[in-house]
Amino acid sequence: MLLVLEQCLNGLQFGLLLFLLAAGLTLVFGIMDLVNLAHGSLYMMGAYFAATFCAFTGSFVLGAILALIATLLLGIVLELVALRPLYGRDHLDHVLGTFGLILFFNELVRLVWGPAGLTLPLPASLGTHVALLPGLAYPTYRLMIIAVSLVVAAFLYWLVMRTRLGMLIRAGASNREMVGALGIDIRLLYTLLFGLGAALAALAGLMQAPILTVQIGMGENILILAFVVIVIGGIGSIRGALFAAVFVGLVDTLGRAFLPDLLHLMLSATAAATIGRAVSSMLIYVLMAAVLALRPEGLFPVGSR
Amino acid sequence: MGLEMGLHLGLDMKAASIALWGALVVAAAPAAAQSSVKIGFVDTFSGPTAVIGNDMRNAFELALDHLGRKMGSLPVEVIYEDDQQKPDIGRQKTEKLVQSDHVNFITGYIWSNVLLASLKPAVDSQTFIVSANAGPSQIAGELCSPYFFSTSWQNDQTPQAMGEYLNQKGVKTLFLIGPNYAAGKDMLAGVKATYKGQVVGEEYTRWPDQLDFSAELSKARAAKPQAVYVFYPGASGVQFLTQYAQAGLKDQIPLYTVFVVDETTLPLQKDLALGVPGAQEWVNDLPNAANQKFVADFRSKYQHGPSFYGAQAYDAANLINSAVAAINGDLANKDGIRDAMRKAAYPSVRGPYRYGNNHFPIENFYLQATVKSPDGSFGLKTITTILKDSQDLFHDKCPMKW
Repeated sequence: MLLVLEQCLNGLQFGLLLFLLAAGLTLVFGIMDLVNLAHGSLYMMGAYFAATFCAFTGSFVLGAILALIATLLLGIVLELVALRPLYGRDHLDHVLGTFGLILFFNELVRLVWGPAGLTLPLPASLGTHVALLPGLAYPTYRLMIIAVSLVVAAFLYWLVMRTRLGMLIRAGASNREMVGALGIDIRLLYTLLFGLGAALAALAGLMQAPILTVQIGMGENILILAFVVIVIGGIGSIRGALFAAVFVGLVDTLGRAFLPDLLHLMLSATAAATIGRAVSSMLIYVLMAAVLALRPEGLFPVGSR
Repeated sequence: MGLEMGLHLGLDMKAASIALWGALVVAAAPAAAQSSVKIGFVDTFSGPTAVIGNDMRNAFELALDHLGRKMGSLPVEVIYEDDQQKPDIGRQKTEKLVQSDHVNFITGYIWSNVLLASLKPAVDSQTFIVSANAGPSQIAGELCSPYFFSTSWQNDQTPQAMGEYLNQKGVKTLFLIGPNYAAGKDMLAGVKATYKGQVVGEEYTRWPDQLDFSAELSKARAAKPQAVYVFYPGASGVQFLTQYAQAGLKDQIPLYTVFVVDETTLPLQKDLALGVPGAQEWVNDLPNAANQKFVADFRSKYQHGPSFYGAQAYDAANLINSAVAAINGDLANKDGIRDAMRKAAYPSVRGPYRYGNNHFPIENFYLQATVKSPDGSFGLKTITTILKDSQDLFHDKCPMKW
């Protein structure tokens, strides 16, 4: 039972990390109607900035804050320079343009930081574990990821649903021209929104960095999962992204942990191990296919937000 | 303006085609006259495991320095290719080396899945391929070839030594974790071949992109084994040790490893590697003259110590050199090259070894431990010999006899 609980925590932690990435993606896709494949590159840049600034300042928290600011500024510059010309065009042009940005950022990182990748060491105080229950020790850092992600989720919900800025963002999504006609600078709004998305991606990247390595292309695998999350959750919905991300995280982790054992009850050990692994990596895609078939708008369509 | 540009373009193209033609003539000439030894080197030079590829390239270059950059009396030309740790890229690079560079030997190969994909284009063209690291069981068995040699080990051998050590330590229950690819499967099968206790759990993780081991570590903890055995090479080994400590397992369950701690990962693992035993066929303090020269010169050239990856690449250069010298530079004499390589008649930095019928070494395996020197730097040292003259378990399946 403790094992199930521990695996649920693992799934929750992975899901919330996915949420940070998916939140930025769903805001940009749902509200600005821009398909941004380069979101994974911003995740990577966040991790590289964090590794650099942490080494430079000697402080994990200070380095992380500097990395967030740097990626926010990078996102704003990127929106002004590269993405504005894409708004009026169709989604295929978005995909081509932002795919080009992925190649650009990968090459940029190779030139600036070299091909080998970096590590972001944790301060000793976070490299420990705490006993949640007797017999259930859990890494402190993973608990911190869960806490930070939940705070960010609450902040985003408040920002989009309860503030004037959030109201403008939602209004801009419904009718761009009308908001503009009412004297609101919608272009500035979109620039800020894209910067926010970039900072969220950077936060995911820099929090993942001490668990994984900081390397070129690190955002590409996880970006696919983030797209799955926003499709399941409903494009443009922060709440949908949160629920779908946690769901995907749990399905992925629990499937990986328990499916091979479950199949072992019916099959031989080697067959169960092989099939279990294959099925557990397919599970989330099966889930997405089911959602698309039954509720093509996603679990939390934007209209009913 | 347009006309002018057109004229320039025309002239440039003409110049380019002359240069190209010249290059072709120059390239074709040495192949015909065999006036140099051409060696292809396929390894990982980008991404998080590039540090391994660089260590192997540095050691290979050092070996060439020691040989005066000549083999026999022929100058040596090395073409380095980056496999990006991907089997398909590794195969493309191998095909390119064979078909357009017409190399005499190909070496390198960190990863078993890359080597398995690259084997056929090399041996089908009768180009000698010397693996300086990867040793998949398939190539030791049914896929063995007269054109393949190893200067490392068959994957199962090192874990077999670790299994033997686990028996000596009296470990009754063991939990296994490793990556789900060719070498990972061999490394877990190898330990099971010699370990006599009970295996209470066995986890395979996605390779190479899964670096978060939270689910597997939770299962290991819940299974309450006396020890955990893992295989995670390169950057993944750093992540594994970090997460093992973060989960609080380092104080609870002793960890036994193969290919987790080496000189390429120690600068990042530091204290985490203390008290984590590993098995290896080469350790930097092995007391033979060739090894002492290799380690000392590597240190003075690159300002840090070599890893076993580098040692195997250094041996690969010397094995090739021994064969080229034996046939007096007649590189068309493939039977002569093969017979010479089978003797392993060169000063290997691991000490003398023999080749089995499948061209894998019959060699010793040592227990290594991490030591922290007073100045705060970390290194590895030999504790004891676990296995003497160990041969892999697949040589019976190889039809080759000599």
